[in-house]
Amino acid sequence: MTLLNEKQSPLARFVARDPNLFRLIIMLVAVFAVMGALRPTIFLRPSNLVSMAKQFPEYGIMAIGISICMITGGIDLAVVGTANLAAITTARFLIASVPKGSPGGYTLSMILMGILIALTVGALCGALSGWLISRFRIPPILATLGTHQLFTGLAIVITEGRPVSGLPILFSRLGNKTLAGFLPVPLLLYALAAIIIGIMLSKTRFGKQVYLVGTNATAARFAGLNVKNIIMRTYVTSGMLASLSGLIMMARVNSAKADYGASYTLQCVLIAVLGGVNPDGGFGTVGGVTVAVVILQLLSSGLNMFENVSNFYRDVIWGGVLITVLITNHYLTEHKRRKALKSASEGCGAPWGNLGGVAPPGST
Amino acid sequence: MNTTLQKMSRRTEPYILGAIIALSLLIQARSGQFFTGNNLVDLARSMTVPGLFAVGAMIVIVSGGIDVSFPAIASLSMYITTKILLAADYSGPVILAYIIGGVLGLLMGLFNGVLIGYFRFPTLVVTLGTSSLFIGIMQGVLAARELPVPPAMFDHGTAKLFSAYNTQLGLSSDMPVQILLLVAVLAVTAFLLRSTMLGRGIYAIGGDEVSAKRAGFNVFGTKMFIYGYVGVIAGIAGIARACMMRNAHPTNLQGIEMIIIAAVVLGGTRVTGGVGTLTGTMFGMALMTIMSNSLILLGIPTYWQKVFTGAIIIIGTGVSARQAMAKRAKPRKASPSPSKAPQSQEASK
Repeated sequence: MTLLNEKQSPLARFVARDPNLFRLIIMLVAVFAVMGALRPTIFLRPSNLVSMAKQFPEYGIMAIGISICMITGGIDLAVVGTANLAAITTARFLIASVPKGSPGGYTLSMILMGILIALTVGALCGALSGWLISRFRIPPILATLGTHQLFTGLAIVITEGRPVSGLPILFSRLGNKTLAGFLPVPLLLYALAAIIIGIMLSKTRFGKQVYLVGTNATAARFAGLNVKNIIMRTYVTSGMLASLSGLIMMARVNSAKADYGASYTLQCVLIAVLGGVNPDGGFGTVGGVTVAVVILQLLSSGLNMFENVSNFYRDVIWGGVLITVLITNHYLTEHKRRKALKSASEGCGAPWGNLGGVAPPGST
Repeated sequence: MNTTLQKMSRRTEPYILGAIIALSLLIQARSGQFFTGNNLVDLARSMTVPGLFAVGAMIVIVSGGIDVSFPAIASLSMYITTKILLAADYSGPVILAYIIGGVLGLLMGLFNGVLIGYFRFPTLVVTLGTSSLFIGIMQGVLAARELPVPPAMFDHGTAKLFSAYNTQLGLSSDMPVQILLLVAVLAVTAFLLRSTMLGRGIYAIGGDEVSAKRAGFNVFGTKMFIYGYVGVIAGIAGIARACMMRNAHPTNLQGIEMIIIAAVVLGGTRVTGGVGTLTGTMFGMALMTIMSNSLILLGIPTYWQKVFTGAIIIIGTGVSARQAMAKRAKPRKASPSPSKAPQSQEASK
């Protein structure tokens, strides 16, 4: 089944290569169709589509960061803390360096400087998590939980818990701009991040190493890879992506605060898992994560169309969707494994190795 | 004697106890208010509910899993229970509230158990999902808002074992009766972990699931028990909390899970499973509680609290990770006197 056959149509080949992505796309189309059919006048309005495209990038970019860490078998729970700390640092810098009424060119150059500062803060935060994980072998979930508290704590100490506002108006104007009437800047940034990380994971040596570390860290070490260095780089990447999210968030609300986006952490983990990233490491693609982000944005924007349905149904749906997807994938894998076993016993030698070793459920 | 000392130095409890003592002495030296009756009673009060959660979280972590859904379970079962009792205009003894809360917690825990035990999904992912589901049911379907608690729960919440007075500051604190609940749960769990096959099974599964199965443990049944038991504890803890707060607040437990897990790991429970003690867990919880309650006695502004919590988590987990590393690098020779207590270093081998 996974053998690529020349006679197969391109679609069949695509399905065979990444069945999970294919299922996600079907789900995306289904959700879109249902929402569009139920509320055609509101949901399909261009302004609604544009506003959805403005909303998902800020947590979508974080989800990509978490996904890279999950592919190595870790997790980064510090993304939100990193995002806020980076945003607050940049906000403080911009407020201090750009007095009211500064010329546009000067403001713009300071904003670029601010973005660089944010990315640096993000990289440093990621480096701290990565250092704790690779050097001291602290389990990633705890190390990043600790650094999350630390970063959020620092952000609270810097701001004394108050929002930092009074940013140069140009910043939020740039961040909320819609290019050519349909392309919001956040979406553009998301696309940029997704493409860069996508290429990094699928085409570069570093990407291959990330998957290898996630599949079997010991084997990777014996294969001569510098596992510590690779893990370090994944968390630095995640931190930089998180700081980018922080900037988008800061542009949207025109201020920075220590506790913005507190619910994003779990949301991002859900997205990553829904997108087919294996929390035990070794599997996952940026494409899958992207489709999952869009599905969840469609669901939550769709729910907003119904005035009498509380926003909190979103949580029910997310939890429900996650569990349903897990169970469906389980049975599909099971089915595929049986089929593969059967064809293997017929002497075809189908590649079933990666599915082997999973005992059928309830065999205990 | 020498071996006992050596064994002690390998454990986490002595270090964490040392940290607690050092911190207490520091606070006492700076403020003179630490070893006062009312401060200690206040600490016990703020440790009661987190302590209950920590027992549950520890069992799951010992079995090699991780559960982030217990605050959601606690909130939802507490909320439904309060709602039922209010609707029925109930005025009988408070035990009924605990029974309903416990049963609801059990059902939700078993739901986790099926997904984890039968389908073998990763525990973090499952409990994230069910957590979202339970919170959504509470806030979406039930449209939860703050509720007053029924009279039985209110009276139970105001009941006290004794009061401690601080004559110097003119403050008094009541020791809540719910602390007995924590003591009871600790006693039952300690018996379970030390003296029953089921308890040994929990350590065995956490040490190595395949070996545990080969050794004849019913892995699925044990997992169902673990998550069911944790659900019951969460349900009861939710009720206890509502009683102590004297109102049923749907969301104020959110976010507590990570602090609890951190406290459990700080107490020497290994995240990879198989190792952990109740004593260590309670020490860890005590250190976290002292940290968050007493910073103000040290004259440190409360907004530094998160920085300190983060630092404690990093340092604490770093130390135990290093210990685990050292142990891996230098495997212990056959232990002269295998310990019977559920410290279970042997289970991790």
